[in-house]
Amino acid sequence: MIVNGSIRAMSLKPVSATPPSETPPILRAAGPVKAPRAQTASATPTFPFSAIVGQDEMRRALLIAAVDPSVGGVLVFGDRGTGKSTAIRGLAALLPPMAAVVGCPYACDPGRPAEHCHRCREQAVLRAESVPVPVVDLPLGATEDRVVGALDLERALTRGEKAFEPGLLARANRGFLYIDEVNLLEDHLVDLLLDVAASGVNTVEREGLSIRHPARFVLVGSGNPEEGELRPQLLDRFGLAVEVSTPTDLPTRIDVVRRRDAYERDPAAFCAGYAKADRAIRKALTAARARLPALAVPDATLEAAARLCLALGTDGLRGELTLMRTARALAAFEGAETVGLDHLARIAPSALRHRLRRNPLDESGSTARVARAVEDILGQ
Amino acid sequence: MSPAWAVALRVAHLVARDPHACGGVLVRAGAGPVRDLWLDRLAGELAPARPVRRMPAGIADDRLLGGLDLAATLAAGRPVAQSGLLADADGGLVVVPMAERLSPGTAARLAAALDAGEVRAERDGLAARTRTRIGLILLDEGEGDDAAVPEALADRLAFRLDLTGLAWGDTQGAATEGEPEPDDPDLEPDAAVADLCAVAAALGIASLRAPLLALRIARLLAGHKALRARDVREAACLVLAPRATRLPSSPEDAEAAPADRPESPASDGTESSDQGLEPGAESLVEAARAAIPPDLLARLGAAGAAPSSPKAGRVGAVMQAPRSGRPAGTRPGSPRTGRLSLLPTLRAAAPWQRLRSGAEGAPRLIQVRSDDFRITRFRQRSETTTIFAVDASGSAALERLAEAKGAVELLLAEAYVRRDKVALVAFRGTGAEIVLAPTRALARARRGLSALPGGGGTPLASGLDAAGTLARAVRRGGGTPVVVVLTDGRANVARSGAPGRVAAGAEALNAAGLLRADAIRTILIDTAARPQETARRLAEAMGARYVPLPYADAAAMSTAIRSAR
Repeated sequence: MIVNGSIRAMSLKPVSATPPSETPPILRAAGPVKAPRAQTASATPTFPFSAIVGQDEMRRALLIAAVDPSVGGVLVFGDRGTGKSTAIRGLAALLPPMAAVVGCPYACDPGRPAEHCHRCREQAVLRAESVPVPVVDLPLGATEDRVVGALDLERALTRGEKAFEPGLLARANRGFLYIDEVNLLEDHLVDLLLDVAASGVNTVEREGLSIRHPARFVLVGSGNPEEGELRPQLLDRFGLAVEVSTPTDLPTRIDVVRRRDAYERDPAAFCAGYAKADRAIRKALTAARARLPALAVPDATLEAAARLCLALGTDGLRGELTLMRTARALAAFEGAETVGLDHLARIAPSALRHRLRRNPLDESGSTARVARAVEDILGQ
Repeated sequence: MSPAWAVALRVAHLVARDPHACGGVLVRAGAGPVRDLWLDRLAGELAPARPVRRMPAGIADDRLLGGLDLAATLAAGRPVAQSGLLADADGGLVVVPMAERLSPGTAARLAAALDAGEVRAERDGLAARTRTRIGLILLDEGEGDDAAVPEALADRLAFRLDLTGLAWGDTQGAATEGEPEPDDPDLEPDAAVADLCAVAAALGIASLRAPLLALRIARLLAGHKALRARDVREAACLVLAPRATRLPSSPEDAEAAPADRPESPASDGTESSDQGLEPGAESLVEAARAAIPPDLLARLGAAGAAPSSPKAGRVGAVMQAPRSGRPAGTRPGSPRTGRLSLLPTLRAAAPWQRLRSGAEGAPRLIQVRSDDFRITRFRQRSETTTIFAVDASGSAALERLAEAKGAVELLLAEAYVRRDKVALVAFRGTGAEIVLAPTRALARARRGLSALPGGGGTPLASGLDAAGTLARAVRRGGGTPVVVVLTDGRANVARSGAPGRVAAGAEALNAAGLLRADAIRTILIDTAARPQETARRLAEAMGARYVPLPYADAAAMSTAIRSAR
């Protein structure tokens, strides 16, 4: 059995001798920890966020999550080829940079000592630098050790040191964790994510290591419902759920194809054309974040949110809390003076549609049920 | 040489020129000399620097995406990565046999590699990004109602070929030269985009990737020169025509076009756009129409809209860690909670050997610690329970109850062989009863069936409700329910037990809708002497496959039910 296995392994070429390709594979063997970076190493720039045609609900949900990360993530479900991944990668390129402790593997915020990791707590003086907001991909087929972090192989083997190699969750701290095809994620990884997303702390107890580190991130998932449903527990972790569909009117479709084609032919020139629009969104984001803490939610809005959740029979308080937070973030992004009923009405479908219990006597979809409740209660 | 073969060779030529830009080809063909010849020709067209790799069925992630190389790691005393099959095929093609059996997970990994042009692996303590500009050749050997190639993946490939109808003789001889096309004017890229989108809309293609791929192919055809109308036309024929879901309405029957396409909200937009087609787009539509394979639409009609099967959701929650079934990878864990997987355990222990032996001085033994233990994860194919909902009312008894019983008995025998479970729900008079709870006892099922009395009214809604309740219970238990309804569709008793044709019919449709909402697989067998419109409507409402019994003997019926599983 062992012989068999090693023959199989040896007949495969190691990376160092891969067949001719212009660029050698980029290999980052688990080395000493570097500050987390957004992974935009590829030469071609990402498709600009502002160049996405239509899909207003999805774009709004992503921007709300960027304004207020505490809303708890965005789930994008929909048809094939509707630009789900494109939008999320576009958002990553657009986010304003954040201040982080130099050399900290978790990119701790120097201004918030309460959330610091064990390393930053021990240091007396912390230097800060400006880094891009991390947007970390969780690729399918990732193994548990790379997600939560594990013993650093290289250092252990060559120097006999017991060092922790942070995983994807560490890199995603204070940023976004993006899972494409979230419904295909392995069950044991889902369990891990549920726990970390709920507590904001990643606890590692393996290979003789015992480490806790902050892992607060906005979970962004995308997927196609035809390929499998999501477990209700994971569904509930997402603050907003949006459904996207392929545009059906011809001019919009032509516009989408035209832009995509222009981007593929000359990415740099195409992105330059949208740089100004992207900058405007970034400015609006920064302004909205500054406005958010001062924006109070009037009692009337709170009461309407409560009535809405009551009418729809959503479980627990999470629905109301998300509804209130997302409406506030939307109001902040739009520069409104106060959080009004129309903010509530516009965000309610995204915030509530995935929290409804399936009613066996009501065949209409959850989106329609939310819309009906909004009409009944808010009169909009 | 037949025209279809000429098209196949043309496609091979194009894919060989730039596999990654094309995405690849979905080839529908059984294994045979014609397919082999096509693959040979394709390999012959490829430049020598472009590799071709064949992907074995059920490939594991470490080979597909890359991971830790056990032998090299042991030899070097430090972690050594090995690249996966996808990365090895960079610049060339990956051939996927039996693509209709691809799991959604593998399909998603392939799709991600196609999209990004690179493979990202976060595995075994290594993080790697490898350039992977590949094209895929998906060999679809599915027959009839077999599972289809994952649409998410097929959507990303430019070409679809159907070689099933081709005989060896078709591949011989020289190509018949078409009429030399007149030199036509250059096209503005914007006009080409608009034309291709219009054609896609006219053919009922919802995905936006299709026109985009067509545009890419047109560019590939044009080379470095400007786009010509001829390139766009050929691209439309090669890329868009095989994806058609409906025939474009020709000018004369544009008004008579059926407006009842409830499943596509696109109909309004596209119907109106048909009227206002640009002259250029119209000729393109005509060209594409001519290139639509003749049996394509018939096949589409036959495939129907299968309800989405609920896989990962509730079923997965119940059967989280089955102890038996097909192995599906490994994970860290204790042998107490699962079956130890020896090889992955050794693989996990391998990198540490030098370190551990250095510390404890026992060089010859392999040292395995509890952290190294890997246990096998299993995936269990959930068990099928076929629920028969039999209409035993007077009208049905009069006509075909005996025949229906015969068909059910045939299915029982088959279920017995497959170790499936069966259940029997009968409805007559004022309500429904579960004659037989899910069981494997064939004899009991047969007794219950033959003792089934007929007569009375048709409480169809109650029958469907009872079958639905049973199906949901089966699903909660981790099984896969299939509901087979045998009825003539003429409901005349309401849920309350009150007679009345109108109310009973409405309630039956409502009950059917509930079955559909829960994505329960259903088949409706129309037992009436002549196919009934009501039964057909009912089948539509529950998303069922409709089988009229007058045309089906017991054997045909059992084939239909088997294919729905």
